[in-house]
Amino acid sequence: MPHDAPEHAPGHAHDHDHAAIEADEPQGYYQHLAAATRSLLIEKGVFSAGDMRAMIEKIDERSPAVGARIVARAWTDPDFRERLLAQGKKTMKEEMDIDPVVADIVVVENTADVHNVVVCTLCSCYPVFILGRPPDWYKSYAYRSRTVRDPRGVLREFGTEIDPGREVRVHDSTADMRYLVLPMQPEGTEGWPEEKLAVIVTRDTMVGVAEAQAAG
Amino acid sequence: MPDYDNIRQQHDMGGLDKGPVAPSEHEIVLWEKQVEATMRLLSMREDKIVTVDELRRGIEELPPELYDTIGYYERWIMSLSNILVEKGVLGRAELDARVRDLEAGA
Amino acid sequence: MSAPPFRPRFGPGDAVTVSARFPTGRRHLRTPFYIRGKTGAVERVCGAYRNPEELAFGTYDGARLPLYRVRFDQAHVWDDYAGNPADTIDIEIYETWLEPAAAGDDSNAA
Repeated sequence: MPHDAPEHAPGHAHDHDHAAIEADEPQGYYQHLAAATRSLLIEKGVFSAGDMRAMIEKIDERSPAVGARIVARAWTDPDFRERLLAQGKKTMKEEMDIDPVVADIVVVENTADVHNVVVCTLCSCYPVFILGRPPDWYKSYAYRSRTVRDPRGVLREFGTEIDPGREVRVHDSTADMRYLVLPMQPEGTEGWPEEKLAVIVTRDTMVGVAEAQAAG
Repeated sequence: MPDYDNIRQQHDMGGLDKGPVAPSEHEIVLWEKQVEATMRLLSMREDKIVTVDELRRGIEELPPELYDTIGYYERWIMSLSNILVEKGVLGRAELDARVRDLEAGA
Repeated sequence: MSAPPFRPRFGPGDAVTVSARFPTGRRHLRTPFYIRGKTGAVERVCGAYRNPEELAFGTYDGARLPLYRVRFDQAHVWDDYAGNPADTIDIEIYETWLEPAAAGDDSNAA
């Protein structure tokens, strides 16, 4: 038997709006299964309730602002940028004290000739500790299935039109690396301080579905 | 010639067309954070109890009709609980009993 | 006990072909279906990592495998690719899934 799904696990259609879900909505099967698993692990001493709280806090404090600091630094410091492109994790850890908590980060640079975009077709691998949790669309079957075959069409759905003469390079995040797109610095922002630049570096520009804009 | 329809797994969807991308976002809720944290507490320790690879394999082994209809963290907890039972960390009977208790108290 | 020396079979620029293998049964594969049998060029050697096909079934201490990023021409991957012919796709692939490309196969990305 390849799996062990209890018979009362409902395969309900997802016709409700996720945005409407509140933490205090009536608990369904999966919430009970989650609570049962968690409480048994705590009772068996595998981890404590405090460990759980600390882990949630650790993930909660990561957001696209972390990646934006890295990009802004790369825009203003060419030597840092070279090191970041060569050795992503080592550079952000040693020079910015940012631990991406993965084997390595491959930083891919957008240029006038190349636009990079990241997808995980097999699941939804994402650099959570530098970009925060992935947005729903990144985990959607539509994005996972189509981005490798029709990247320009998918980007257009995000309002991003890539010049036909520019190469689009897709990165399918299938294994141990995680990816950070280094967007192009918008014209007119030369000389801005890092803190001001970081504000215009959005999550979507670091996944590659959008380009950085001076207006933010 | 291989029977592609039979050997391509449900999760391996690169190149298929599953429709337009909806720019959806939703604020993650507490129980989802707890599922995510449970998994990370098990995988991010020296004596790994469950690896991300095992979690993914367990998701890939869900019946296609379930994989396609339940939510992201619902897939995670189905897989994670199955893997913990498979590895003997939890007993199926104690897990089922705990779920029934919670359902009765809800 | 020391780890065996890391000797990747391929280096950057090498033309490689992804195995056209289609395992069935209980499995956990990181080589996407759509790239099997395709030819590309090694973009970089990522290092040595444990085999997810073993990790997924509880074997945590197996041998480490060279992991590569391989770049493919999109026009080679998809017969009906509609974008710029220069468009590419990079995919991480473990060494057990790669073979040297047959001589004369020039479909790999530059």
